[in-house]
Amino acid sequence: MSRIDRRFAALKATGRTGLIPFVTAGDPSPEHMVTLMHALVDAGADLIELGIPFSDPMADGPVIQHASERAIARGVGLAEVLGWVTAFRTRDAETPIVLMGYLNPIEIHGYERFAREAVQAGVDGVLLVDCPLEEAAVLQPLRQAGLQQILLAAPTTAPGRMVRLCESAEGFLYYVSFAGITGAGSLSTHDIAARVADVRARATVPVAVGFGVRNAQSAKEIAGFADAVVIGSALVGRLAGAKGPDEIVGRVRDILQPIRSALDTH
Amino acid sequence: MSSTQDFQRWPDAHGRFGDFGGQYVAETLMAPLAELTEAYERLRDDPAFIAELDRDLKHYVGRPSPIYHAERLSQHIGGARILLKREDLNHTGAHKINNTVGQALVAKRMGKPRIIAETGAGQHGVASATVAARLGLKCVVYMGAVDIERQKINVYRMKLLGAEVVPVTSGSKTLKDALNEAMRDWVTNVADTFYIIGTVAGPHPYPMMVRDFNAIVGREARAQMLEEYGRLPDVLTACVGGGSNAIGLFHAFLNDAQVRIVGAEGGGEGIASGHHAASLAAGRPGVLHGNRTYVLCDDNGQIAETHSISAGLDYPGVGPEHAYLKDAGRAEYVGVSDEEAMEAFHLLARTEGILAALESSHAVAQAMKLARELPSDGMVLCNLSGRGDKDVHTIAACEGVEV
Repeated sequence: MSRIDRRFAALKATGRTGLIPFVTAGDPSPEHMVTLMHALVDAGADLIELGIPFSDPMADGPVIQHASERAIARGVGLAEVLGWVTAFRTRDAETPIVLMGYLNPIEIHGYERFAREAVQAGVDGVLLVDCPLEEAAVLQPLRQAGLQQILLAAPTTAPGRMVRLCESAEGFLYYVSFAGITGAGSLSTHDIAARVADVRARATVPVAVGFGVRNAQSAKEIAGFADAVVIGSALVGRLAGAKGPDEIVGRVRDILQPIRSALDTH
Repeated sequence: MSSTQDFQRWPDAHGRFGDFGGQYVAETLMAPLAELTEAYERLRDDPAFIAELDRDLKHYVGRPSPIYHAERLSQHIGGARILLKREDLNHTGAHKINNTVGQALVAKRMGKPRIIAETGAGQHGVASATVAARLGLKCVVYMGAVDIERQKINVYRMKLLGAEVVPVTSGSKTLKDALNEAMRDWVTNVADTFYIIGTVAGPHPYPMMVRDFNAIVGREARAQMLEEYGRLPDVLTACVGGGSNAIGLFHAFLNDAQVRIVGAEGGGEGIASGHHAASLAAGRPGVLHGNRTYVLCDDNGQIAETHSISAGLDYPGVGPEHAYLKDAGRAEYVGVSDEEAMEAFHLLARTEGILAALESSHAVAQAMKLARELPSDGMVLCNLSGRGDKDVHTIAACEGVEV
């Protein structure tokens, strides 16, 4: 059983909703990246999504794009990202890590080389935003090395396609709660609830809901019908500009702990 | 190269041109792309749609565009005859209108009241604003802040045509960032919005659809060559940014094995300088803007900031069909420097009385090189993809002239 599968099984056994924070690797500070990752876990994260910076993040809004640009300006690439995962693993062997990003950095690095290095570092899965199921053949070396491929599902996903996604999903299915970019607008909880219920009925893996979760209130609403909630832009936005480990850890605690409490009391 | 190979059969059912193309997009875009593919495949065989498109191309765009023998330029160079396919004579002054007329008709038939577009030099933005005005559609154009500065005339033209121009300040503030921003708008507003991509890049079906709408350039040119000169040209050349005017000219000739095909990319300050936009001549296979193609990027996979004197060639990717044609050995792609393009611009102006767009001036420069290598009865067919009025300020600034 993979680290991701074990974590979701444990959540299910205790009746808890998972909390999945997303942070852009290298922002707000490359030096304190490992401290930030541990802080996420201390504040209640069940799984960490680590964004690989990319120059052209087509599916992300301005908050994550700017975080990406700052990280790239500081020279952050795949080697640094994998280095932080390796360092994180010396103290935490249990929290699953999913690398989220776009295909080109991995394509250029080489799929086989990436697969080998990522597994060695302690990465558990990848979510490649611009690699839908139809193009996933290139990811075969990653799957062979044991990296789970996390797939996205959206409100616009056609029924027939949803069946295929549910069949192919590994680890968990990431449900994008509306048809927009990361960090945009508000969501109608009622609509999402019905659609996620439908997906959960078909999928053999847990369903995490993301895109548009900004605070304890919205997280709590989603907790009623999802296996996990993802918080991305709201967290990245709050972390922007934080200086020094104390400020980073403080901000993580301020934003994640209320969400953690809300999830545990819904 | 096998003479029996069918280079015109691409893309396949998955939108791939050999190893290139495809649909590398977020899940949220898969449904809109499927809807568009379905609509376009139905329309392109619909006689009523074809008739409407043909009428617009004839009466609104002004097709067919002539092939003009640039006699004095040819004499000046010495060597083969240089023939120009005059896409600069189209309404709005470039080949871009061939595509926007087509896509706007698709938008209308799909019932989408709002169109969006990205633009680099502004030619595609103007062509989109033009067809939107004509069909009564709302039009929003995304344009990099850097490009807005260097293409002020086109920005104003778009506004005169009723379009809203949105400056893009992320990344390198040029065409690639405008494309990212337009894609985001589309994801968010897909119910009422049609995205008119201006080049043969992006996810399937765009590289196919934009090629199909521009392929009239080559179909006309091939027939005109046979009728007026009794044979096909020895070599074709066109400038390649995303590559829509080039594929438009090349496509009809792909299976004519005797016709050599050469694409001219933005060579900037020279390939060796690193300041250029020659994705095919100097890049490597990667994934950008929804397709697998040749890209300019660093070893971390970060897309490079490109340089070309011409905004329309300043793009770090290229249409996937060109990537396929390069790897298949059917077409060659070379860098033409800013300096060579400027020389060609001036020479064409002085010998023929034609102000070419800076993009097209790269093709003219390449045509001059090719003509020198051929005997006097040889023929080089060059796509003069656009006129140069929009570049007058850039050229003046380059030469230190106050206009």
